[in-house]
Amino acid sequence: MAILVDEGTKVVVAGITGSEGTFHSLRNRAYGTDVVAGVTPGKGGQDVEGIPVSDTVEDAVAATGANTSLIFVPARFAAEAIYEAADAGIGLVVCITEGIPVRDMAQVVAYLRETETVLVGPNCPGLISPGRANVGIIPGEICAPGRVGLVSRSGTLTYQIVHELTQRGIGQSTCVGMGGDPVHGIGFIGSLERFEADGETDLVVMIGEIGGDDEERAAAFIAERMTKPVVSYIAGFTAPPGRRMGHAGAIITGSSGTAAAKAEALEAVGVGVGRTPTEVAELVRAALP
Amino acid sequence: MDLYEHQGKDLFARAGIALPQRTVATTPLEAADAAERLGGHVAVKVQVQMGGRGKGGGVALVHSPEEAATQAARMLEQGFGGAPVTRVLVERLVDIAAQFYAAISLDRSEGTYLAMVSNDGGIEIEEVARTKPEAIRRVHLHPARGLRAYHARRLTGHLPVEAREGASDLVTKAYAVVAETDATLVEINPFVLLTDGTVMALDSKVTVDDNALFRQPDAAALADSFPIDPIERGARDAGLQYVKLDGEVGIIGNGAGLVMSTLDVVKQAGADAANFLDVGGGASAEVMATSLEVILSDPSVRSVLVNIFGGITRGDLVARGILEALERVVPRVPIVVRLDGTNAEEGRRILAEANHPRIVPAATMLEAAERAAELAREAVA
Repeated sequence: MAILVDEGTKVVVAGITGSEGTFHSLRNRAYGTDVVAGVTPGKGGQDVEGIPVSDTVEDAVAATGANTSLIFVPARFAAEAIYEAADAGIGLVVCITEGIPVRDMAQVVAYLRETETVLVGPNCPGLISPGRANVGIIPGEICAPGRVGLVSRSGTLTYQIVHELTQRGIGQSTCVGMGGDPVHGIGFIGSLERFEADGETDLVVMIGEIGGDDEERAAAFIAERMTKPVVSYIAGFTAPPGRRMGHAGAIITGSSGTAAAKAEALEAVGVGVGRTPTEVAELVRAALP
Repeated sequence: MDLYEHQGKDLFARAGIALPQRTVATTPLEAADAAERLGGHVAVKVQVQMGGRGKGGGVALVHSPEEAATQAARMLEQGFGGAPVTRVLVERLVDIAAQFYAAISLDRSEGTYLAMVSNDGGIEIEEVARTKPEAIRRVHLHPARGLRAYHARRLTGHLPVEAREGASDLVTKAYAVVAETDATLVEINPFVLLTDGTVMALDSKVTVDDNALFRQPDAAALADSFPIDPIERGARDAGLQYVKLDGEVGIIGNGAGLVMSTLDVVKQAGADAANFLDVGGGASAEVMATSLEVILSDPSVRSVLVNIFGGITRGDLVARGILEALERVVPRVPIVVRLDGTNAEEGRRILAEANHPRIVPAATMLEAAERAAELAREAVA
């Protein structure tokens, strides 16, 4: 099982002819992921090391049966690439691109709510179901197949914690890098829900950071709906308080957004919160059945 | 990017929102002249990128040009909230009948904009939100449909009858500012009903989305108006996220989450970070070299910790960048390097072969933090 990506995942890469796009498409393929096509407008008919390139996602889907889109295009074209993938019937869109204007993302997310398409990202490292499929930029060699699900707002911090787990012989079912942008696709709750339903996940690691109230909302969801244990990490305990513009943020969330407030909300519903990545791995080891 | 009040008000004026007559002053003399022209009864307001001015002495109501000069001199000399003050806004006082609050803000949990209007505005607005939540009407806006007339009527329906039309107009125009300038926050606290029936904005807090500056040239051009530490400016120009902190361990990492976590782990190892520096997604040799130069230019740094976990960032490029930087700057402190992830083995090999006397390799993040903390302590002793 795992969630979102597995052996049935067939990837079309938007921006495959760019340097990052090529580098990571080939790494994903080398990992064993079925990278079936690439898209770069004007370069249809070419190929990248044997991966055929189309002018449009629609062409790529028709030719290859791609069901997952991986996006590396520059920020000002990324929203367009997400719409194009959704309209081509792609079920899972993974957007690595960072720096997309919030307004564009608000419109994308509103649009996707009316479709069946699930978005991961943007500004994220993608996701991996170890041993099955790697869609994005998470280094596959630090992961191992297993039964711990992981979802994170951070990119490299995800690698750090996955690495600590793997070194202790604790494998992962799926690692989801949801990205750190204020407006994004799948979040903690969507991931937790899927892990709860996944027969191959026994425990979930949730990695948050300061800002917003995603962690507080996840805590409420965990209290109500999760039967599987959850272990968490929050980055930013020593981050200096940012200067604040206005009151709207505080009025909307009613939360201070600090690491301490988030850890407290999670601990209050029985989630173990590690104070270092190493401690998180130790908590996971102790909590595993 | 957080704008000064006067810059936000320029956007408001362009959108047709009524405002008091006002002038920006950069010296006490200019403030006195402005007060004179505006009739003598004016507010003098510090221009800073933060809130809390009303409570913190950043707004003075005065009744003569001399007083305006005195207050402007105080503000320009003392700064505000630790930030330097380079200008004040001098604004004609108005006759207020009632004051309210309006904001249009990105609501990240809902992934869209939230408009709010309170019939009770002013410096205690967060207290109002806690104790009288019914005073604040809230409407989520669809990002494609925006703020419609019925939203405005709903938002302002609890205001005094004589303020409703003007307030509806004001929130509609505030949304136009959001839509046209890629703002993630437009807050007006307070907006007021004057005794003559006019509805007017007395304050502005506007935040423009940094990611949208490529298509907001007017806002992008304001970036140079904000005072910034010279080291921070150098880092920003090189595309690095750098924040100066108070400790002694210089930190370089990739990804905001990992860098924040590194700060936390260094703290647990008994030291304090001298900075936050995120090299971002695609760290080239050039970027690493610039980062080390930035960190080493801070005299309080006693040791440096480079913590890179490669995804897009490749360990071999990081290693070459460190070596290249060490040809450009002579490091006066040890540099603890921890590399993992994409091409990390090659990176570690490159560093091992170089065998540089200042480079201290570390196998794990925890070990690297402990080593850097220890080296910083030794340097002080």
